Amino acid sequence: MTSTLDDSEKEKARSVSVDLNNDASLLIDIPDALCERDKVKFTVHTKTTLSSFQKPDFSVPRQHEDFIWLHDTLVETEDYAGLIIPPAPPKPDFESPREKMHKLGEGEATMTKEEYTKMKQELEAEYLAVFKKTVQVHEVFLQRLSSHPILSKDRNFQIFLEYDQDLSVRRKNAKETFGSFFKNMVKSADEVIISGIKEVDDFFEQEKTFLLDYSSKIKDSTARAEKMTRSHKNVADDYIHISATLNSLSVDDNTALKKHLEKFADLFEKLRKVEGRVASDEELKLTELLRYYMLDIQAAKDLLYRRARALADYENSNKALDKARLKSKDITQAEEHQQQCLQKFDKLSESGKRELTSFKGRRVVAFRKNLIEMAELEIKHAKNNMALLQGCIELLKSN
Amino acid sequence: MKMATSSERSPPPFPEDLEPEPDEVGDQDSDDGEDIFLGADNPLEIKMDPSLSASDIASSTKPLSEASSPPVMDILSEPASEASSAPMVDLLMEPASEAFSAPMMNLLMEPASEASSAPMVDLLMEPASEASSAPMNLLMQPASNASGAPMVDFLMEPASDDLKEPPKPDIDPLADIINDTPLSEVKTLVAAMPQEPPSDLFDDEPSELFAEPRQSNTAKQQQTSIFDEPDEDLFSDPLGEASKKPQNDVFKEALAPVAKASNVCGPLSDNYKEDPTDIFTEEAITTLPSAVSTVSVNSKTNGVHSDEEEPDIFAEATVELSLDSPRNDRKKKEAGKPSASAPAPSVSASASKPQPKTLEELEEEVEDKFELNISITNPEKVGDGMNAYMAYKVSTQTTLPMFRSKTFTVRRRFSDFLGLYEKLSDKHTLNGYIVPPPPEKSIMGMTKVKVGKEDNSSAEFVERRRAALERYLQRVVFHPSLLQDPDVREFLERDDMPRAHNTQALSGAGFLKMINRATDSISKMTIKMNESDVWFEEKLQEVEAEDQQLRKLHIMVDSLVGHRKELSVNTGGFAKSVAMLGSSEDNTALSRALSQLAEVEDKMEQLHQEQAASDSFCFAELLADYIRLLGSVRASFDQRMKSWQRWQDAQNMLQKKRETEAKLLWANKPDKLQQAKDDITEWEAKVTQYERDFDRVSATVRKEVLRFEKEKARDFKKQIIKYLESLLQSQQQLIKYWEAFLPEAKAIA
Repeated sequence: MTSTLDDSEKEKARSVSVDLNNDASLLIDIPDALCERDKVKFTVHTKTTLSSFQKPDFSVPRQHEDFIWLHDTLVETEDYAGLIIPPAPPKPDFESPREKMHKLGEGEATMTKEEYTKMKQELEAEYLAVFKKTVQVHEVFLQRLSSHPILSKDRNFQIFLEYDQDLSVRRKNAKETFGSFFKNMVKSADEVIISGIKEVDDFFEQEKTFLLDYSSKIKDSTARAEKMTRSHKNVADDYIHISATLNSLSVDDNTALKKHLEKFADLFEKLRKVEGRVASDEELKLTELLRYYMLDIQAAKDLLYRRARALADYENSNKALDKARLKSKDITQAEEHQQQCLQKFDKLSESGKRELTSFKGRRVVAFRKNLIEMAELEIKHAKNNMALLQGCIELLKSN
Repeated sequence: MKMATSSERSPPPFPEDLEPEPDEVGDQDSDDGEDIFLGADNPLEIKMDPSLSASDIASSTKPLSEASSPPVMDILSEPASEASSAPMVDLLMEPASEAFSAPMMNLLMEPASEASSAPMVDLLMEPASEASSAPMNLLMQPASNASGAPMVDFLMEPASDDLKEPPKPDIDPLADIINDTPLSEVKTLVAAMPQEPPSDLFDDEPSELFAEPRQSNTAKQQQTSIFDEPDEDLFSDPLGEASKKPQNDVFKEALAPVAKASNVCGPLSDNYKEDPTDIFTEEAITTLPSAVSTVSVNSKTNGVHSDEEEPDIFAEATVELSLDSPRNDRKKKEAGKPSASAPAPSVSASASKPQPKTLEELEEEVEDKFELNISITNPEKVGDGMNAYMAYKVSTQTTLPMFRSKTFTVRRRFSDFLGLYEKLSDKHTLNGYIVPPPPEKSIMGMTKVKVGKEDNSSAEFVERRRAALERYLQRVVFHPSLLQDPDVREFLERDDMPRAHNTQALSGAGFLKMINRATDSISKMTIKMNESDVWFEEKLQEVEAEDQQLRKLHIMVDSLVGHRKELSVNTGGFAKSVAMLGSSEDNTALSRALSQLAEVEDKMEQLHQEQAASDSFCFAELLADYIRLLGSVRASFDQRMKSWQRWQDAQNMLQKKRETEAKLLWANKPDKLQQAKDDITEWEAKVTQYERDFDRVSATVRKEVLRFEKEKARDFKKQIIKYLESLLQSQQQLIKYWEAFLPEAKAIA
């Protein structure tokens, strides 16, 4: 399946999950994307006034894996330990619409042609929505980097934007995949260990409790919102079948009922469009918001972990220094190490505090925007529904 | 298919279409009646009577007149056995003692006429046929030993008219009885026309009248003349389109014979006229003044026809004549018919013609102010454990005079409803009626209720069943013919209902099996039957296609209900989760907004839940009802096919008999020839009978299907609107909730 996005469509789908203070010196967007089976090729377009780039305006082809590579290099860069690294965009997931399409094909015999066509259209629309969402999250990732004062200067980021050949990032092989899995395990275990260390800063103490709590809650909310929107979608899909069956019922009918059935079928067809919009808007405004902040909070938690790690290192270096002094051996070395650790920790604390505060502001703004938009859309759709229903009721009654 | 084949005497051949009709009324009535009087009489046997007698009558009128007296006696004595009919018995007994005095004849005749008018209301589509059947019955029944069968027939007939035109018919005759002074015009006309013969005749002994074959002959002539034209008119038109034009024709034509009849027959003719007046007065009094007048003049004591009388008079009349209950009225009519014997037919025949017109009008009226409301309330668990059952309060509110009081309630359990269906189905399905089926038994649902869990699903089950039973019962009483059934009345009225047995056969799977069997036999028979009537073929196909679509739609709606419930549950889950998230949120305004969102989602959960319930109650249940009803529709088509099959078989048999006769002739065996001839006569009669049966069933099925479609359209429209309104309401609520939330979202800072 191949599809492309045109500009106008993308405009609508543009990120709403994050509020970015776009700085005109570096503007990034993905005007076009091409989907070939599992691979999605994004065209990353950059407009800049910065002298560090060779040209003011350029486009490069990038794949999802390139984004992951960029993310990973940023995470691994020691200098950015005190920053919240924007979460990597999730892998494009076309499985669910594909699977549905497959099921639809199997059930084709039980449906009328019209019904099948509508279901197919609906699935295509769903597929397109997934596609748009994918493009959007990738774009948001780059935009967050570009709007970040430090990360936007990153060399790898600039290469990612500028290098006009295929980056041909090496895909992770099995060993490396296992390695990163193992690393995660170690990290989790480490988190448990260092969680015993006494926090020296109230701000971070609070942030930690908050983020831990919030992260588990938002994870739950995201899953439930997903479930909710999915069942809403199912309801809208049922309307299609009902409408189609009512239609074929009206074809067979020759009595006064025929007209009523036609109207009824027609109404259901209209209602399902509205209902479908309700479902997809809920998905976009609510589920996506929650999902994005679930990932972002994970990134914030990672920052806290790195800082806690640094704190632990500093404590250890303190102990090592004490030991050295006791033994009167390698004191200078230990002092140096202790100083380094302290510096690192202080630096992390300082930038972490800044990052977390800005994260909080960003989150509140994004929630506000999305909740308002969702409420407005809900009202709009419900009013549409009402108008449709009222019209139909009047029509039926007047007959 | 000429009926006249067996009788050379009958002057003008009966129009073909007419022939099946007599049985229609007689047959159907006898079905009903057997319960009351004859117990388990086989309707088929009864059916045979008319056919045999028909030929008898056709060939000789004498037996008729002879026979006519015994039936009267029978009738008079029989009703007495029914406790409820006490006053009526009085009425009947009096005249009886006078041994067929003229007034008594009048009295008896009137009801007869009414009876004949009754079917008109009943039969939207082929009123003429049923109406004309009445006279035929009159002719035949007395001839056939005047046993219980004819009596029963008459008993039942009036029942049908009660349904359709609730108070009117009753008022008319009664008012007349009281009020000897009808319309002035009427009187003058009377004076002009029939004065002489009536007076003569009245002086004569009524028995003479009866004895004279001449009378019946004349009557027959009229009858035939009436039948010839108008009937054919009616029948040549598509029944469904029995619109006003043909009817008007018929109406006019019918008038002439009536007038003739009055001249020729004297007192008898008076009686005939009364009947028409009944009918005519309702729509156009002026058209038939002569008839009215004759009546009033001739029979002061019981001349029964001034339509303009007020209910007051009616009341008085009831006192005087003790005709207060429709039942009595009915009996009177019944009684009247047999005694009327020969003359009656012409009357009812002529009377029947104008009926089609009134029919539709009346039906409209009836629909507008249908005076029977049934509600089922207060489901209550009776007993404990596995013997427990739910009892429902069945409340009836009615102004129909056929019921003893205006409001009454009884308690019924589910199996009673099934029992009612079984009784109705036994009686009416055979004749091609669409008997509304009750909701299916649900062992699962009921077991839950029995176990006594007061949870949501069992409450929902009980409510669902209550509503289904209510709809079922409403459909039954809304059916004009079924409402007439004594079992329906008993079901609604009787306090101590005998326990219904063997309802198991109808439970869940059994019911489905039954439908499937019907379906199978339909498909089997379709192969054999080369359909003579395209209408039926098309309709059956339509019904089958509709059945499939409805089933599919039902599955879809069920899935919608399921998904909506799922949505409700998921929304509830999300609401809780968001509430938790809100409590964790450290930004105060955002935390507040999130908990508000949780509240909104909580309400949404409720809203989805309610919507799922109305998806199910308003929409899915409607579909389930109609899937079941279509099963009954198919069963009625099936009946028609069976009837056709029987006719064909009889024809084949006749063919064989004829061949045998030919062979015998060839072989020159005179000894066996007589037997062969007898056989042929017998089978000819059977063929005629079966063909009539088939035509009758066809007519009924057609009428029923059209009625069903009309009802369906009305029902669907009503339910769809109801359903859409429920959707509309939930959207309104939804807007309200979100609008309340919007400022909260905006307040996030």
